[in-house]
Amino acid sequence: MKLNWNAGTKSATRRAAALACAATLIAAGAALAAPLLINGAGATFPAPLYSKWFSDYNKKFPDIQINYQAIGSGGGIKQITEKTVDFGASDAPMSDEELAKAPGMLHIPTVMGAVVIIYNEPSLQNLKLSPEALAGIFLGKITSWNDPAIAKDNPGALPATAITVAHRSDGSGTTAVFTDYLSKVSPEWKAQVGQGKSPNWPAGLGAKGNDGVTGLVKSARGTIGYVELAYANQNKLTIAALKNREGEFVKPSIESTSAAAAGVEIPADYRVSITNAPGKGAWPIAAFTYVLVRQEQSDAAKGKALAEFLWWAAHDGQSLAAPLDYAPLPKPLVAKVEKTLRSLTLQGKPALAR
Amino acid sequence: MIADPVVQTAQPAPRELSHAPGRRSSDRLWSATLTTLGGAVLVVAGVILFSLGHVSAPLWRTVHVFDFLFGSVWDPEREKFGALTYIYGTVVTSTVALLLAAPVSIGIALFLTEMAPSQLRPLVSFPLELLAGIPSVVYGLWGLFVLVPLLRERIEPLLGRALGFLPFFQGPPIGLGFLAAGMLLAIMILPTMTSISIEVLKTVPGAQREAALALGATPWEAIRMAVLPYARAGILGAVILGLGRALGETMAVTMVIGNTPRISASLFAPGYSLPSVIANEFAEASGAMHTGALAALGLVLFGVTLIFNSLARLLVRAAERGPGRRR
Repeated sequence: MKLNWNAGTKSATRRAAALACAATLIAAGAALAAPLLINGAGATFPAPLYSKWFSDYNKKFPDIQINYQAIGSGGGIKQITEKTVDFGASDAPMSDEELAKAPGMLHIPTVMGAVVIIYNEPSLQNLKLSPEALAGIFLGKITSWNDPAIAKDNPGALPATAITVAHRSDGSGTTAVFTDYLSKVSPEWKAQVGQGKSPNWPAGLGAKGNDGVTGLVKSARGTIGYVELAYANQNKLTIAALKNREGEFVKPSIESTSAAAAGVEIPADYRVSITNAPGKGAWPIAAFTYVLVRQEQSDAAKGKALAEFLWWAAHDGQSLAAPLDYAPLPKPLVAKVEKTLRSLTLQGKPALAR
Repeated sequence: MIADPVVQTAQPAPRELSHAPGRRSSDRLWSATLTTLGGAVLVVAGVILFSLGHVSAPLWRTVHVFDFLFGSVWDPEREKFGALTYIYGTVVTSTVALLLAAPVSIGIALFLTEMAPSQLRPLVSFPLELLAGIPSVVYGLWGLFVLVPLLRERIEPLLGRALGFLPFFQGPPIGLGFLAAGMLLAIMILPTMTSISIEVLKTVPGAQREAALALGATPWEAIRMAVLPYARAGILGAVILGLGRALGETMAVTMVIGNTPRISASLFAPGYSLPSVIANEFAEASGAMHTGALAALGLVLFGVTLIFNSLARLLVRAAERGPGRRR
């Protein structure tokens, strides 16, 4: 087609037709060049899995592209509350106070993660810790590896080396889960330190990130710390077994993490702590990670695409979790998530055609 | 009042040319441009100060300034904010860095300008410039993997044995701590301080030296009595610049200081610094109070830098009024 802009013809209809044609062409071109963009931001912990999900999903549906910025859970909650992104992601569920500022926000659990205890004491091969011993160490009360509280569960000769505690110095969801567990098992921890992303640590050295804590633990004998399961597995760190609520010593694994969710009554909004969970074989320091979306989606195209993606993540996406050391959601929970996803709406109508 | 210094520097040069027609308007344009540029610095500093004040406003509503400055408990989860441990860490590490780096860098500068053959100069100044260009996170990694183990296994036990009677060198050798951070900072600020000192020493007129030598001074006496007094103000300026970097350094310090908000006299003990805690906690700070407290730490860092710079300026002034009044 030819667009003769400065032609002498005064025919208004022709000009209008030409304009319309041009507009359609531009619109079609834009659709080809730029697929539907969905923006998300939040937790760093699930970021490796999410980027795998987004790239796989994009290969399957090239017209949908999801961008994710791993800026931290706090930032994710802030951005979805201010509606600057289409979805947020957080390791910790939003507080009641935060939810009050963002009405209609839904928590969609995507996968589960675990926090594990790593240590560096070459003479101790299979360290077993009771919750009391763990809390005592992080409270700074148990300062030597041959302390009776440790000896009780570890028969044999224990080294008299001093214990150095390594913890995260940056605000972190990993810390929030870990301190949540300690607050549940130790009244003293709860009273003195409490739960949070940046607690006032009574003992030890701080280091930035999982790698920082790992660096501390690796570099000095007698050091103990906590990192995410994925990180510990990929770096082959020495991991301690922990006594769970049933009184059995468990090693953290993908199975024992998923088992933690099976034994807990999950409320409709999924805002629940699954640390110190009951159930056989359950690893006691586990947590969900969530995607945060608004129940009523204002943008029709984006809302529909987002709902479809979350559906895919809860089904096909789960099989991608284990290879990256994330624990998939247990089956009964997926059924629950399906129900929640069906409640997403576009102008009052269901966003999912399922 | 901002315009004054600008006009002063702009005027003397074109004085003899100012009869030429058409000069005045271009002069005025020139001086206006420079005034704007000079003013921009003030505007930027002002905007930073204002926004830090604005973000920290929620904190001041419930926490008194004195409690914030002199409190030593930092517990964001319980909304208790005391900055003293961080101020202490920043001041101690920067002071250690300065005490270690200043003599060395002035020594290097003197050696290169006064004693070394001129062919040797690039041999030393090239690695110095290289050091200046290394990103701080690389310094931090090096500190964590090389300096800290060295301190823990060799230097700290040695210092403890030799100088253990001093409170600064007591306690178990952990490696991570004030000493590690101070030493790392010293290495980081060394290039800045040295290269500026070299430039300053180069400006000392040869006649100054020759006069001293002609009067029968030894080379050392010539340096002490003729060169150093002339360059004193400039060298202090170099030290101030180095100090500025030490006070604000974040990444490398975070990696080796131990991130433990505690005040200990011993340099072997772990500590925490103002920039480190901001970098560590800001991303996940939840709530206006915590964010506000971190912004307030930024204000405190501003204040600490200001105080250090003013002290250094006073020192410069005192030095200029001192015995070496020979200019």
